[in-house]
Amino acid sequence: MMGGMKAAVVVFPDSNGDCDAKRALEKIGGQGVSGDVSPLSKIDFSGDGVNPLSKIDVRFVWHKESSIEDFDLIVLPGGFTFGDYLRTGAIARYSPVMKEVVRQAKRGAKVLGICNGFQILTEAGLLPGALLRNRDLLFLGRDVWLRVENDATPFTNAYAKGQVIRLPIAHGDGNYFIDDEGYKRLEEEGRIVFRYCSPDGDAPSGIAPNGAKGDIAGIVNEEGNVLGLMPHPERLVEPILGGRDGRGVFESLLNAVCGGLKR
Amino acid sequence: MTGLGGAKPRLDSTNVWKEHGLTEEEYARIETLMQREPNYLELSLFGVMWSEHCSYKNSRAQLRKFPVTGPQVVQGPGENAGVVRLDAERKLCAAFKMESHNHPSAIEPYQGAATGVGGIIRDIFAMGARPVASLNSLRFGSLDDARAKGLFRGVVAGVGGYGNCIGIPTVGGETFFHPSYHGNPLVNAMCVGLVEEDKIFKGQATGVGNIVMLVGARTGRDGIKGASFASEELSDSDPDKRPNVQVGDPFMEKLLLEASLEVLEAGLVVGLQDLGAAGLTSSGSEMAGRAGSGLYIDLDKVPLREKAMEAWEIMLSESQERMLMIVEPSKVEEIQKVFDKWDLIAAAVGEVTGDGCFTVRKGEVVLASVPAEFLTDKAPVNIRPAAEPEYFRVLKKADCSELRGYGNWTDLLKKLLSSPNIASKRWVYEQYDSTIGTNTVVRPGSDAAVLRLPGSGKGMALATDCNSRYAYLDPWRGGAIAVAEAARNVAASGAKPLAITNCLNFGNPEKPEIYWQFVQATDGMAEACKAFSTPVTGGNVSFYNEYDGRAIYPAPTIGMVGVLENVEDRVTSDFKAEGDLVVLVGETLEELGASEAHFLLTGKDEGEVPVLDFEKEKRLHAFLVEAAETRLLASAHDCSDGGLAVAVAECAITGSDATRSAFKGDLGAALDWAGDVSPAAMLFGESQSRAVISVSPDKWQATEALLKKLSLAYTPLGKVGGAAFSLRYNGAVLVDCPLEDLAGLWSDSVSEIMR
Repeated sequence: MMGGMKAAVVVFPDSNGDCDAKRALEKIGGQGVSGDVSPLSKIDFSGDGVNPLSKIDVRFVWHKESSIEDFDLIVLPGGFTFGDYLRTGAIARYSPVMKEVVRQAKRGAKVLGICNGFQILTEAGLLPGALLRNRDLLFLGRDVWLRVENDATPFTNAYAKGQVIRLPIAHGDGNYFIDDEGYKRLEEEGRIVFRYCSPDGDAPSGIAPNGAKGDIAGIVNEEGNVLGLMPHPERLVEPILGGRDGRGVFESLLNAVCGGLKR
Repeated sequence: MTGLGGAKPRLDSTNVWKEHGLTEEEYARIETLMQREPNYLELSLFGVMWSEHCSYKNSRAQLRKFPVTGPQVVQGPGENAGVVRLDAERKLCAAFKMESHNHPSAIEPYQGAATGVGGIIRDIFAMGARPVASLNSLRFGSLDDARAKGLFRGVVAGVGGYGNCIGIPTVGGETFFHPSYHGNPLVNAMCVGLVEEDKIFKGQATGVGNIVMLVGARTGRDGIKGASFASEELSDSDPDKRPNVQVGDPFMEKLLLEASLEVLEAGLVVGLQDLGAAGLTSSGSEMAGRAGSGLYIDLDKVPLREKAMEAWEIMLSESQERMLMIVEPSKVEEIQKVFDKWDLIAAAVGEVTGDGCFTVRKGEVVLASVPAEFLTDKAPVNIRPAAEPEYFRVLKKADCSELRGYGNWTDLLKKLLSSPNIASKRWVYEQYDSTIGTNTVVRPGSDAAVLRLPGSGKGMALATDCNSRYAYLDPWRGGAIAVAEAARNVAASGAKPLAITNCLNFGNPEKPEIYWQFVQATDGMAEACKAFSTPVTGGNVSFYNEYDGRAIYPAPTIGMVGVLENVEDRVTSDFKAEGDLVVLVGETLEELGASEAHFLLTGKDEGEVPVLDFEKEKRLHAFLVEAAETRLLASAHDCSDGGLAVAVAECAITGSDATRSAFKGDLGAALDWAGDVSPAAMLFGESQSRAVISVSPDKWQATEALLKKLSLAYTPLGKVGGAAFSLRYNGAVLVDCPLEDLAGLWSDSVSEIMR
């Protein structure tokens, strides 16, 4: 593989979105879906084969690894790391690999935290705020609409500002909270990347199904290379799954890291 | 090594068998088999293994009626789960099974349901399969009752809590509310996994000298005697039984799942089985029994969670998230390495012996030793007396014509759509993660869930079904219709029905009327399975579902697996496009008995259950599958509970409003047709073997030709489109209202009740 993107998907105990993330990256990188349904006890259902011309090289990284090679992208996938016991993401942030994630984020690597990954990023201090229990205290598994608030990030450049996309959510703790001052900063610095909205793009205040402040679904850090979001872009990248609105996140990363799929 | 004298028998009291849930006759049978008096620990082993829950002593004889073989069946009943072939070329198979967790859920709904889900998941990966989907079948009392609401809330949260955390999508299920489940809800969980045909594992302890390893969680005092508890009726004093309920840890199970599949994949394991009801006792004796070998367990080697546990407590503990593995001695270290990585314990606790005995030791002291087959195959088989209950003849004759005189059909349709039995179960399935794994291509809310199969172009359709009102009023037809409806649901998605698992929930089998229900329902089910060539590959029987002496309505629940030759041929139930033709396939008879509409109006469960004609039903399935494969259908929906009016309304609502956030309201229907039956029977009767399809006009000719080829009755009803929902029958407008009104009632009723 030349001139492509090197991506890592971190596997914590009970990361359960790890395979979905890897599969989406492989699909978008032009590689056949390997069909892995598990990272470390692989049952090989491979059918499509692997395309050596793939633009994305994806590998799993075990959470106990304390030194990893440099990656262009590190994904903290969805899941219930350590059972979400104590508090979501609160134990995972102490995994040995997290020091490496922080180091590589500082180095400029892109870090994408999806759902539980977002929770871990806030616990690790890579993103501000916290994810509280959903407003109605129920787990929510359904599709939501999001408005792209900032298309000038490495995660959203394939979308247009104001574009409305549909993605699934599946979480019990997605109620984003930040104090007023922090919220103002996020807004002023354009760091609110996705907001929950209605299908036609309106965002009446309070539409977030989980009660998130300012209807925030995803934010980036000050440098713009760390994104955390509650919805699951990796689950909607093929028409057979009901849509491909999630592809933009991964295509944006390819654009940002290695000039996109086309070049 | 010392002999059995080391464990002092404690059989000094007179009715000691009672403490172990055994009868005097059963105790005598044990003495005859053993040719001596069993000691306390041995009697404890018999107590749990001969409980209904483990031995199926009251159901075994009846279960032999089921067809269990077929070219698609790779593993029939007797193992941890059944296996059917999905893709011969890829050697891809589905391992699947359904099990009840009713009694624990009545006492502690969250943990009861959660551990039900956890238990069935272990059964699936014990086969070497990767679990890829969960379904369920739930029954509660009427939702205007606070207790039923609390149980409903807790059970749904528990199912979600476990499944979401372990990351297996919950893709489908069914929920039914009826006062007969007030004190004894039903929680049936089904899990489906994928496995390659040559990589299926069995729960057998083979190879003398092989090591018995206990892996996963430590053993504590939770759930002791849960199996015996499940074999008794419930009553008001049951909160005292909370210690009988296990506590689930889905995080631990996720680690156990990954570690287990990793050692299986590495070829380190000879046989394995999960520890469910009756814990170490059942898994150990069953593994030895199946292999005809023998094994011992040394209690000193069992990792404990609590100090000073008695031998019987260790043997009967139902601590969750444990598996028993049979391993060659040279592989023990490698196994331990893998489990270490996952921060799990893997302890060598015993050895395969070859003496045929299931032996419990403490160091060198033998505490109990019983030939394994005494505990398993030699359990009593009871053929109970069956007597037709009086209600059967009486209720069958009840006159259900009252419905015919009801004038306001729009109002009745609204009432039906808002009743919890018919209304959308969105409130339930939105608490489940249904999309994780990125294989779910038809999500909850359609007739069957469909998953794509990785590395194969095929798809797998899954559905659970049962109509308990039918099963009460006419158990034979109820049992048969449960199979027919589940197959119809699978066929409506375009898949060929392959095989079933069942979960047979009944009251106390010692009552002749209950046993009659059981015999009748299983007879009906067996006949239907034969007719549709969908063998039974496994399942579970749950008796003693009674509260204060009153039995539940029987629930012979079906979990069906079907296969789509091409996953792209899948069909969903929602209308797709304006102008499509709406057609009723099948025949509507003057049948109002046992209907949801009659119950809603009168509060009575009565009348004759709709007739089921296997031949007609089979032709309907053949039509649905062939029409899907030739891409004729825009939508297909089973016409069942609530009848035609409800079925068409559901197609229109879900077509216009699949997510409840984006109501388009443009896929209503203005239908106008004629027929022979009364308006009541036409709209709300529940005649079997019917489906509502929608077809693009350019596909109608081919569709009609297929219907004629299969000699199926059909009635074109009208076209999809518009913001209204109107039904005109024999020249009279029976229903007319904005679709949006119906959509609101159907989509939001359950959420509003549960707010």
